[in-house]
Order: sequence, then structure tokens, then C-alpha cells
Amino acid sequence: MDITARSAAELHTMLESKAISATELVREFIDRINKVEGNVKAFVTLTEESALEQAAKQDEKIARGEKIGPLAGIPMAFKDNMCLTGIRTTCSSKMLENFIPPYDATVVERLLDAGAISLGKLNMDEFAMGSSTENSAFFPTHNPWDLSCVTGGSSGGSVASVAADEVAYSLGSDTGGSIRQPAAFCGVVGMKPTYGAVSRYGLIAFASSLDQIGPVTKTVRDNALVLNAIAGHDTKDSTSVPFEKPDYTEFLVNDIKGLKIGIPWEYFGEGIDQGVARVIQEAIETLKGLGAEVTECSMPHTEYAMPTYYLIAPAECSSNLARFDGVRYGHRSQNNEDIISMFRKTRAEGFGSEVKRRIMLGTYALSSGYYDAYYLKAQKVRTLIKQDFDNALEKFDVLLSPTAPTPAFKLGEKLTDPLSMYMSDICTSPLNLAGLPGISVPAGFVNGLPVGLQLMGKAFSEGMLYRVAYTFEQNTDFHKVKPELTAEVVL
Amino acid sequence: MSVNDYEMVCGVEVHAELATKTKIFCSCTTEFGGEQNTHVCPVCSGLPGVLPVLNREVVNLAIKAGLALNCEIADYSKFDRKNYYYPDLPKNYQTSQFDLPICKAGWLEIMVDEEKKRIGITRAHMEEDAGKLVHSGETITSSMESFVDYNRTGVPLLEIVSEPDMRSIPEVIAYLEQLVEILEYTEVSDCKLEQGSVRFDVNVSIRPKGSSEFGIRSEIKNLNSYSSVRRCLEYEIERQAKILDEGERVIQETRTWDEGKGITLSLRSKEEAHDYRYFPEPDLVPLVIDREWVERISQTLPELPVARRARFQSLGLSEYDAKVLTDSKDLADFFDQALIEYKDAKVLANWVMGDFSRILNAQQCAVGDSPITPLQLAELLKLIEKGTISGKIAKSVIEDMYTTGKDAGTIIKEKGLAQISDEGALSGIIDGVLAANPQSVEDYRAGKERALGFLVGQIMKATKGQANPGKVNQLLKGKLS
Repeated sequence: MDITARSAAELHTMLESKAISATELVREFIDRINKVEGNVKAFVTLTEESALEQAAKQDEKIARGEKIGPLAGIPMAFKDNMCLTGIRTTCSSKMLENFIPPYDATVVERLLDAGAISLGKLNMDEFAMGSSTENSAFFPTHNPWDLSCVTGGSSGGSVASVAADEVAYSLGSDTGGSIRQPAAFCGVVGMKPTYGAVSRYGLIAFASSLDQIGPVTKTVRDNALVLNAIAGHDTKDSTSVPFEKPDYTEFLVNDIKGLKIGIPWEYFGEGIDQGVARVIQEAIETLKGLGAEVTECSMPHTEYAMPTYYLIAPAECSSNLARFDGVRYGHRSQNNEDIISMFRKTRAEGFGSEVKRRIMLGTYALSSGYYDAYYLKAQKVRTLIKQDFDNALEKFDVLLSPTAPTPAFKLGEKLTDPLSMYMSDICTSPLNLAGLPGISVPAGFVNGLPVGLQLMGKAFSEGMLYRVAYTFEQNTDFHKVKPELTAEVVL
Repeated sequence: MSVNDYEMVCGVEVHAELATKTKIFCSCTTEFGGEQNTHVCPVCSGLPGVLPVLNREVVNLAIKAGLALNCEIADYSKFDRKNYYYPDLPKNYQTSQFDLPICKAGWLEIMVDEEKKRIGITRAHMEEDAGKLVHSGETITSSMESFVDYNRTGVPLLEIVSEPDMRSIPEVIAYLEQLVEILEYTEVSDCKLEQGSVRFDVNVSIRPKGSSEFGIRSEIKNLNSYSSVRRCLEYEIERQAKILDEGERVIQETRTWDEGKGITLSLRSKEEAHDYRYFPEPDLVPLVIDREWVERISQTLPELPVARRARFQSLGLSEYDAKVLTDSKDLADFFDQALIEYKDAKVLANWVMGDFSRILNAQQCAVGDSPITPLQLAELLKLIEKGTISGKIAKSVIEDMYTTGKDAGTIIKEKGLAQISDEGALSGIIDGVLAANPQSVEDYRAGKERALGFLVGQIMKATKGQANPGKVNQLLKGKLS
């Protein structure tokens, strides 16, 4: 197996045993990027030089005989909506094409402190709005399993870079499924932690009450290792929760005997691809075979999750994105008549059509005369959706569903049909509304494209999700299958 | 109809900067001035990705103000976003409080023409201040270039909204003065009007006298002195009266005050009013305030001016003296501290308002910086009471106390200023004076009372003013009879 295909845990062992140096490891990944990036297009910005500098520092530590942490010296990358001092952070938008933050996001700070080596910033749907990464203002990212297919989104660069072995792991952000849905499309492990488990400080906001950062990895163990490093209370984020953070790797036991798994039948309704349904059914059988008690259940408000999500998320985004006006940073239109025309032209030129659509939707939903009917009503339904989860999770340890209703679709297929694109998040967005954790793990294939299994749990039950996901992974081989990628540019 | 045939109805919104060291959502200083854009950080300049963290001291001060204004303090309160575009607002929304403010349903009492009146306070809420625009021309629209200074961005404000309870300009001014006094007294705000740390918006309408319906109001924003408020209201009442007299209707609108021209100008009509699209601030958690927190703050609440004046009057001070002493919290505090040691409030008040204040004023020294402590003043007054020095000598002693910082006792000892009350010593001195002035002795005995005064004067002169006047009188009369 190529070195770059190995898990972070394996790479750590190699670094510790001096089988490879951090610098050599970075060079291996740079070689791999040079080979496949022309087809995958996962990176908006590559920072090879600073990666080599960071690696040299880790090598010095190793040479001095210092003990290194589990993520030290291992190459990774950040979704391009997380601020990194001195490195341009674009949100894949023209608006921030040349924006260089003067500060680090908390997750960046924590990973760099842990010795992580950042190879750069990853492509995404503009301002994390989208389900295919085609809304990037720069270029779409391609699915390593089939270059004519989308990666899913919005964390398309985060999952594609991991699936294509350009990095050992990455961070993504998930507002309505933006980690889990693309993780399913690209056959990697993606976790959206409980709202408040990971600091949002330095994450350029899309919808503040829904956004959450999480790890994208090749294995469940790696996922637990990365969450160990990034989770935990942060005084810079008032919505971050002071909870007792466990060592998530302690939950990695190959045993789910007697665990209660609920299957909400609403997640298997209209729009679920037959192939996906079959893969998930097989996964359910596997879990039963491993001793889990699997029972169907009902979450009656699930059908309202999409409309609720598409009121709350745009409402918050309409306000969060108001600051991009050309006054202080980012794009500013030229030859403006006055301040109002500068605001208008800057925003007209700087934002793409999906971002504009959501700003319009959200502005409308918050407007006087419509607030009660839309935003307020959506908040009330949000409470009902959360109650559905609370009720179900009283009876079950975890809930199980497909991560996405279909496998990856073709590039361009849904671009002109936003509603059909929105339906891609139908299985993932309810969890964001409820603020609960969810993980997507590889569960099989349909026509050579990966399918993800979603596990959902109680607040701060990431450990339980890891246990079930790990047991499933250890008893299946889907995570071992790799996409074939060549250096020949086929695009 | 003349202006006098109408009655005004006025409510006021007061924005007061809270006296915290740091801003409401970050740790930048709130200090006034400073080089442009030096009191800023990623948070208050609204960089992408930053999050607010509420300064606890802002809540403490808001609770304190609420208690001083007789408000209910909300158990559960939250922040909301007020969305509008303006270049001095880095996020293009202001984090404020909308439907669940921290304080509501309070009141304060004003006195106009010897009549007490209670003015209702609808609510008081916390919010962040915006930055400052600097234009190359007169206004933003007429300028070729505009600059923004974000130093003030994020300075905490308390917006205090009154009920439309005021019916005359003196009532409005009395309300504002009373409110500012309370905010200063409680140290909630330093209330530096000249630095814009307190700003007023007035809502005013008029109606025919005797009518119980409200007229259509205009709101005049951003007044920063009492005189602006007074002039602006005078102008606005006249403007509205003229409109009504002509049979027209006042338009509900927001107006601005042109200080130079002394007129108000239309800013935007009700139809053009912003839709602020308020919604709960998702980056902050709701504010839950338990009774213990409120109780803790209420312990720190000083006695408010109205109550203090009443207490001073109950000690026997005149209404005027009570007012002079309480006009400055520092002076009233000084008085109270001295009162612990020296119980005669009237005598003490005379000294505090008299010689003490006179010396400080002459030296342009603030009460807080006075080298004479309340204890030292009390000691001085006790020495007069005991007869150690006379009131006249005390006037020179207090001057020395100011310049040297020494105690009265030390100064009296060093300068030998103690009063001579010893009968033996005085008797000798008196005998000498009588021997030297036989004519006066004769005059007195012949019935000329004035001669006695002359003799006393000679004795005081001989003792450099240190003879105890009472004793001298008593002994002198004995010797002459």
C-alpha cells in the first residue's frame, strides 16, 4: 500500500519508529498531490513550503527523542472557511479571493499545537452553501471514484483530498450535512459533532446556530484521534459547551452486542435510491449479525426538516454575510457613485448565485410582516424536530439512516435545479436542527460509487457513534477499497 | 392657535456608554480618543469568523442602572441582531436587545416648579456602539472620501427608553438631568456629554390642550447636550403647531437636528423607515440572571441623590444645602465620611460647603484629590468645639492643612496656636492691659459699653488671637465690676 493511503494512526507509528521522517512524509504527499490534483482539484491554496518547514520542526523533536503526539508530523488540510494566520482564506468566493486573516481559528490553533502539518486550504461550495462543491467560485472538485461525478458538498475538497490520499485527514464544516453527505459520496468517514463540542471561533459563519466543524478521515480511529485534538470548550465561542471531553479512542471497541439501534422509517421514504436502500439494508443485517437490537421507529416531523432548514439557515446567513460590503476587506467594486452603490456592486460582483439566492430567502424570511409566518414558525418546528430526536433517543442508543438519498450524481446534473440539489441533504439536515452528533461511514457501493451509512446519537454521544461505526468498519471491508486515480489528466 | 394652546407629549431614549474598562464583546479598551483604529481587534472590527463573548461587567452595570431606575430585572434576557447597512457598523448588524431587554417597567421622579412627577421608564437594554465616520466633505454624500474609525465600535451602551410622560420642556430637561445624575452617582456611566458618552433621541408630538389623544410624533435623533434638547424641542413644537394651524397633518418621521442653523430636518419618513429584521443573536447564549446576582449588585448600589437629599434634610440641613452637597457625589461622600466622626451636621455642612470647597475651588482641586481627608476636617471641627482653637484660627489652620497635608492638631502644636483658656495666665495678661489703658477702664465704668470691646481687642492682640474669647469676657467683666 502506498504510504499516502495509510491511516493517520499508521503514519504515527511509522514516524515514532523512525521508519519515515515527517519531511519525507510531507514529500510523499506533495508527490501524490502533484500526481492526482489535476484531476481531483481539491485545493484552493497549497502551502507546501510552510508544510516542509513545519515538518522539519517535528523532525527536530523526533531527533531529540521527544515524544510526539498522535497527529504530530502528519499532513492534513483545512476547509477554506477556517482562518489561518497569513494564509489566504477564501470560502471559495470571489468576495474573499485575496483575504488573508490575521488570526487563527481555534481548531487551527489546536491542530497546529498538536504538531499537525497543514498542506493548504480545501475547495468548497461558496460560503459552504451547496451540496456538490460546484458552487465554488473557482472550480468544482471532482469525485475521485468517478471524475465526472460531484464530491458532494459543501466540504467537497475536504473529502476528495482524503479519498484521493492527498492528505491523511482534513477538517470540514457541516451546517446541513456538509461533512457527512460528501463523506458518503467519496467513501470516507465524516463526523459532525454535537453543536458546541468544537469551537466555531475562526470558522467563517454560514448559519451560526447550525455550523459545526468536524473531522474527515480514512478510518473511524483516525476520526476519534482528530476529534480528541479539536473538541473541547473554548472561551472565545459563547456557544461552545464546557463538557467533560472523553478520550474518544476509548470507545473504539469491536462490540455492539445488545446496543439498541433505531431505524426511523421516514428516512427511507420517497427519493431514496433503490441501490442505496439495498446497501443500507445489508448494513442493518450486518449490525444485527453483530448482536445489535435493531427496531424501526418513527420521527413524524422529519418531512418538515428541509423547509425549516431552508428558512433558518438562509435567515442567519443573510445577516452573517452582511459584513462583506467592500469597506474593510475582501472584494470592492470599482468606480462607485456613492456608498450605497459600492455596497450593491461589491455584493453583486462578489457573491455567486446560490449565495445570493439564500441571502434573498433569508432577508425575506426575517422581514417585518413575514417574520412570524416564516422565521418564527421555523423555530417552532425546529423544536418539534428536536423533540422527535429526544423521544427516539430515549429508546435507542443510536439511530441509523442512509447519509444521502443517492450516490454521487454527475457534475452539472442538478445545477439548474436548486430544489433537487437541496434534497441531497434530506437525511442530514434534521440533525443540525437538533444540534446532535452524526457520523457517516462507508457502507458499500452502487455502480462503483460509495454509499454512506449515517449514525445519529444523543448530545455528546460521539463516543457511542464511534463504537458502532468502528465495530461496523472492523467487520466490513468497504473502507479498504480505494479509488483508482492516475496522473493522466482526463478532464 | 398659538403654541401655548397646544400641549407637548414627549418621550426620550437615552444612550449612555457604560463605564467598563473593555468593550462589550472583546477585550479592547473603551478609552476615549486614541489614534484611529488602534483600539480594535478581529472581533470588534468584524473580521470573518470572529465571535462575540459578553463582558460580564456590562451586565453588572446594566443591572445596577436598572435597580437605580426602579426597573424589574429580567430573569431571562437575550441579545438580538439589528440588521442595517452603514460603514461605521463593521458587521452591518448591531448586536442589541429587542423583545427581552434586561430591564423594564421602571420610573424616576422629577421636580418641576415645586411639583413632584413620576416619569415611567419603559425599558433599558444593552447594545454595542458603532464606529465613527470622518468625511473629507460636510456629509457622507457630499464627500469624495470618507474614513472610518472603529475605536468606538463595541463600546457598551445602555439604551434607556422613557414612557411618553413628559408634557413640557422643563420636564424633559429635569428628566434628563435626573437620569444623568443617577447614572453618574451609580458609576454606571461617566456621562461625559462633551465626549458623546451620553446621547439623546426625543420623540415629540403636540395636541390641543385638554385633548387626551396623542398627536403624530417626530423623532429627533442624536442630541448631545441639554441646550440642544431644549432648542430642538422649542423649534419642533413650533414647527408642528404651524402645520396643525394650517390644517395639515404632521408626518411621522425621523428628523435630525442642525445645531448651527437651529432647525430640524427630515431624515426619513415612516414609509422609508428601516426594516431592521431583528432576530435572536445565534452567536450568544440567552442571559439568565438569578436573584442572587441581582442581590449582589443591589448591595453595591449607593444611596441615590433623592434619598440622600432627604436624609441630609432630616439631619437639619436646609433644602438648599442638601442640594449643594448632593450635586456632587464626591462632596456628599466626603460629608458623610466626616459626619461619622463629627456629629453636628449643620456646622459640618457649613465648613464643607464654605472654607473646604472654597480652598478646593481656588486650587482647582477635585474633592477626590483633596489632601484634606474627611477625618482631618472632623478633627479640626472637634478642636473648635473643645475650645482648643477659635473658629477664626481654624480658618487659617485649614489653609495650612491643605498646603501641608498635616493634621490640625499637629499644625496647632507646631505653630503654638492653641487657645489660652488658663485663668491664671489670662488674668495676668488682662491685668497688664487694664494697667496700660486706664482711660478705657474709666470709660467702661462710666457706662460706655464700647470700651469693653476695645479692651477685649487689646487682650486678643496681646495673645495673638489665642485667648479664649469666652473666658476673656468673663474674667474681664469680673475685674471691672
